[in-house]
Amino acid sequence: MAESRAARRRAAWMLAWLLAPALLWLLALILLPHVELLVISLRERTGARAFTASLAQYRTFFAEPLYWHVFVRTALMSILATLLTLGLAFPVAWIIAKVAQGRAASLLFVVCLIPFWVSETVRTLGWMILLRESGVIPQLLVHLGLTAVPVELLYHDATILVGLVYTSMLFMVVPLVTSLESLDNSLIEAAYDLGANGFAVLRTIVIPHAAPGITAGCIVVFMLTLGNYLTPTLLGGKNSQWFTEQIYTQFITRFNWEQGAAFGFLLLGLSTLIVVVGLRLSGQRFGEVMRST
Amino acid sequence: MSTLDLVATDLVKRFHDHVAVDALSFAVARGSFFSILGPSGCGKTTLLRMIAGFIEPDGGDITIGGRAMRGIAPNRRPVNMVFQQLALFPMMTVGENVAFGLARRGLPKPEQRKRSLAMLERVGLADAAEKRVDQLSGGQRQRVAIARSLVLEPTLLLLDEPLGALDLKLREHMKIELKQLQADFGTTFVYITHDQSEALVLSDHVAVMSRGGFEQQGTPQDLYYRPATPFVAGFVGANNRVPGRATAVDATIISLDTADGWSIRAQAQGAVRAGDAVEAFVRPEVMSLGRAAGELPAGQPVHAGTVQSLLFDGANSAVLLKEARTAREIRIALPQTGRFSDLKVQESVVFSFDPARAICFPVASSPAAVPADG
Repeated sequence: MAESRAARRRAAWMLAWLLAPALLWLLALILLPHVELLVISLRERTGARAFTASLAQYRTFFAEPLYWHVFVRTALMSILATLLTLGLAFPVAWIIAKVAQGRAASLLFVVCLIPFWVSETVRTLGWMILLRESGVIPQLLVHLGLTAVPVELLYHDATILVGLVYTSMLFMVVPLVTSLESLDNSLIEAAYDLGANGFAVLRTIVIPHAAPGITAGCIVVFMLTLGNYLTPTLLGGKNSQWFTEQIYTQFITRFNWEQGAAFGFLLLGLSTLIVVVGLRLSGQRFGEVMRST
Repeated sequence: MSTLDLVATDLVKRFHDHVAVDALSFAVARGSFFSILGPSGCGKTTLLRMIAGFIEPDGGDITIGGRAMRGIAPNRRPVNMVFQQLALFPMMTVGENVAFGLARRGLPKPEQRKRSLAMLERVGLADAAEKRVDQLSGGQRQRVAIARSLVLEPTLLLLDEPLGALDLKLREHMKIELKQLQADFGTTFVYITHDQSEALVLSDHVAVMSRGGFEQQGTPQDLYYRPATPFVAGFVGANNRVPGRATAVDATIISLDTADGWSIRAQAQGAVRAGDAVEAFVRPEVMSLGRAAGELPAGQPVHAGTVQSLLFDGANSAVLLKEARTAREIRIALPQTGRFSDLKVQESVVFSFDPARAICFPVASSPAAVPADG
């Protein structure tokens, strides 16, 4: 009895040691800075090095239309980018999981992965080379006689979306492939045999089966998009009006850490809210979804 | 013969240079239970999938309920299939599974519910409608899979070895249940299996398939007692195969000598002349066993042997002998009387059989591979 208690204590210590690096990392690099930021966001500068607790930073956000316009715009664009990514990734994932065989399937997967061997900055700069007024595509359009003069393809909302979708594809394809691969082909045949057409098979069999994967992919892509700084800034320029830029401006340009911290927390709140609403709407449970990734 | 629910004419399917189904023609009468029996790789699954519409034949035609099926997709055929692994939809309740096809036909919800509940009741699962598929036992799932198809009142129900995944006891039980279900509903069943006992027990008609073609079609009794080819004789039921050369032909009874010098007599099936290479088949239950020649039926040639092993299996018990002169292995069914319950290994015995009940085929120039003991 005493021996088994000792053994159990040893096992508990072992577990604690194994978890220690992860817990330490979570505590030091995620939890502590967030607590610090929360404290900063809840104070107001009243004089040189003098602060009082206040909700002024949050009040400013709602009082100033520019801020919450950008906020709403970022959310809507992110949702749109997520849906576009889903729409583009689904057929790709379907082909990898169900149509392509053996080597072809792995090859397709590698093709999806290849862009990620290059850093995001370089990839985005690549897009700029293609799309800027003197870039490859506008020149090609002139050459083909489709446009009279080179058109500027950068700095549009559509350009931002293209960049975001491109950056996010892999994170949608991976969970989709995983969930589609686990779908038994005989279920599709059975549904077909029982009178379902292609659309009904998709709606009643494939999507319900892949729902955890779809939700997981959407959550990951949405989070990445909402918090993306580089792509909207480089491809959207001054017009991008992405909320992360506002945060950056507050922290770096304006040196207003209080405002920046408040914006950071508002973004965290927003992403959490949208994920929760998304899970509700799709009837998925977070634990199940995370297990499928 | 009544109306035909399924007619196949000159059906051909090739995969690259392999002919999976080779110019096959057959017909299945309405309301009958038709089985296609064959070893794995004989093309029976390909045939079934062509009937269901998942594979388009390279040649020939399929007519179901009088309608030509060429170019008609599986979801538009009056045919439903029970899959080998059943393929019940795990994301739906049992009731939703059964109502699936009705919903695809656009029936109103209350009607779907009414019909699927009525169908579940007929298969004895009235209270399972709200259950999840994984809460059911193997036999119950089987019934749901059949109910899901039958609720659509198909002209033809295709079954792809549906009992293969079940354990032996349940399989025996489901055999009886399937036969009763078919009799109750009167739907035409086309059943494929590699298990001869399933085919014999369940079917009105059985086709034995090998290498993309039918070896023989007939009632289970036909196949068992009057096999048309050596393949059928070897595949359906247990049989002792004795290859040799015909030495004499006396009306339809031929004398046969094996290469190692054992002589037997058997009934010729097809044209056999003295000197031809032949193959004889003698069923274990056709042979009589005795300890002395006097115990055997009079007038039959007597053979001798020693007991090699005893295969006790209740009513299906048998004994393996070594024929005295050639050491050839012979399987003989033990009579139910218990007369040989004290039989010992290495004991010397005699046996005989009526030559009229042993069958002898001329060997074709390229003999089909015959399974050693079906």
